[in-house]
Amino acid sequence: MSVHRVMGIETEFGISTPGHSTMNAMAASNVIVNAYAAAHMPLGRRMNSWDFLRESPLRDARGFDLSRSEADPSQLTDQDIGLANVVLTNGARLYVDHAHPEYSAPETTTPRDATLWDRAGVAVMAEAVEQVQSAPDGVPMVLYKNNTDNKGASYGCHENYLMARQTPFAEIVRLLTPFLISRQIFTGAGRLGKGQHGQVLEFQLTQRADFFEVEVGLETTMKRPIINTRDEPHADPEKFRRLHVITGDSNMSDSATLLKLGTTSLMLAMIEAGVLNDRHWYPQRPVTAMHQVSYDLDFTWQIPLAFGRSMSALQMQSDMLEAARAFCGNAPDPETAEILALWEAALICIQDGPAACAATMDWAAKYGLMQSYRHRDQLNWDAPQLQAIDLQYADIRPNKGLAFHLERTGRLKRLFSDAQVEDARVHPPTGTRAFFRGECVARYPTEVAAASWDSVVFDIHGQEALSRVPTPDPLRGTQAHVGHILDAAPDAEALLRALGSQGR
Amino acid sequence: MSAQENARQSHKPSTSEPVEQQTTSVTSNTAALDADVDSILDEIDAVLEENAEDFVKSFVQKGGQ
Repeated sequence: MSVHRVMGIETEFGISTPGHSTMNAMAASNVIVNAYAAAHMPLGRRMNSWDFLRESPLRDARGFDLSRSEADPSQLTDQDIGLANVVLTNGARLYVDHAHPEYSAPETTTPRDATLWDRAGVAVMAEAVEQVQSAPDGVPMVLYKNNTDNKGASYGCHENYLMARQTPFAEIVRLLTPFLISRQIFTGAGRLGKGQHGQVLEFQLTQRADFFEVEVGLETTMKRPIINTRDEPHADPEKFRRLHVITGDSNMSDSATLLKLGTTSLMLAMIEAGVLNDRHWYPQRPVTAMHQVSYDLDFTWQIPLAFGRSMSALQMQSDMLEAARAFCGNAPDPETAEILALWEAALICIQDGPAACAATMDWAAKYGLMQSYRHRDQLNWDAPQLQAIDLQYADIRPNKGLAFHLERTGRLKRLFSDAQVEDARVHPPTGTRAFFRGECVARYPTEVAAASWDSVVFDIHGQEALSRVPTPDPLRGTQAHVGHILDAAPDAEALLRALGSQGR
Repeated sequence: MSAQENARQSHKPSTSEPVEQQTTSVTSNTAALDADVDSILDEIDAVLEENAEDFVKSFVQKGGQ
């Protein structure tokens, strides 16, 4: 009955090197990741990397099972693909993926925390850009938190939600598909262009809708499915599934990210509880509906449903909100109450038109800017200035990004202070295993050889083999579990000894 | 905003002139909004990439997830 669950967002950023058009995107992304890692790893210390080993012993000792790996250090690095890949002190992963720099936020347990650590990722990238620019031989580099170049390429903002394994996948498909289609009315980041190549210069609600081509599938880079079937829980597979939601836009608005995560988590809770068994929202043609809802700036288009009725996305969301209210009862916890209130407010704003949504929804903020420009300069929708606004809205440099301008002048609502974002850029969330991961990187930087979602690998001076600490349970390794153990361990060797004795 | 509030205060509620009061309020509200829009467009003019056409054309990405 709550929005609480293990969740997190991973974001691929658009990257450009103005004036250096020949620079390879992978090389540029590598420069970004290395610049941040170099700035935050004191000189002479080795840079940690990602642990690609998939072994996950499940024996549980406070969430840990100590095992000595026979692996040679070189086997644990990513040398074979040669791309930068590091774990940050806040528990996040920063790396190069598909020719884009990517920030995968640490696992959190509330939509608000997931939003904050997503925002921290923008701060990470902004600082990386700053590092690159200020280097003596620095190449000009700009990152964008958007999802398309309007020339056929798309890159993602993926949400991850830990779910109960026992929930039938068919029910997830049946109920989450219509939700993901209709939620676009408040999650959209706005886009000037329709079609994967932006062939038609008209405004639509989302960046991503046009890139979805099938209903269900495993792909993420082509023939993208509305429901992704990747099943890699990074946790006990008997108990959990990690639902990988790939339809969402990269949001600049904190409010949009919060609402996206909160409402989706509530929908999943209802699906897990089986309270939506008699609901029939599945569209006749989901892919078409995905596109049409994104094109419908009047919020009146009727989605034809598989069972013969039809309803607008707004009506569908109202029905879902009503179900969630009933599900959560009279006394929801504060985080859940906040999401319910924001959900209702969002649907009311949408009925009042774009201006009413401009303080919380990216599409409306962007649309408002474009309309004001059109009005002042008598521009048609094909004016390059409007396309520049579309792009520059998501520029992550504080002095250039238009969303940041709107925030600074109070037009786009902020949910976090600079100090909160800075804290989340450096420190991990306290309520998941990300705490253990991030604190190990922060406290024992020379001894952490690698890490992944479900492990931390130590290279102890004087020991031949690496020591791998599996962290299979996302809710172990929290501050409450291991804070005192970390505090008492001056080095990694002492930490391993303490964890070892705990497990025996 | 303050202009709008002043306009409201100068027209004390009175049953004889509700229509006039409303008109005044809406007019000053629109003026405030126009000023707000002007100021944001000025700000954006200052940061928007100078050659919009080249800027947009040169933004070409490789595919991703």
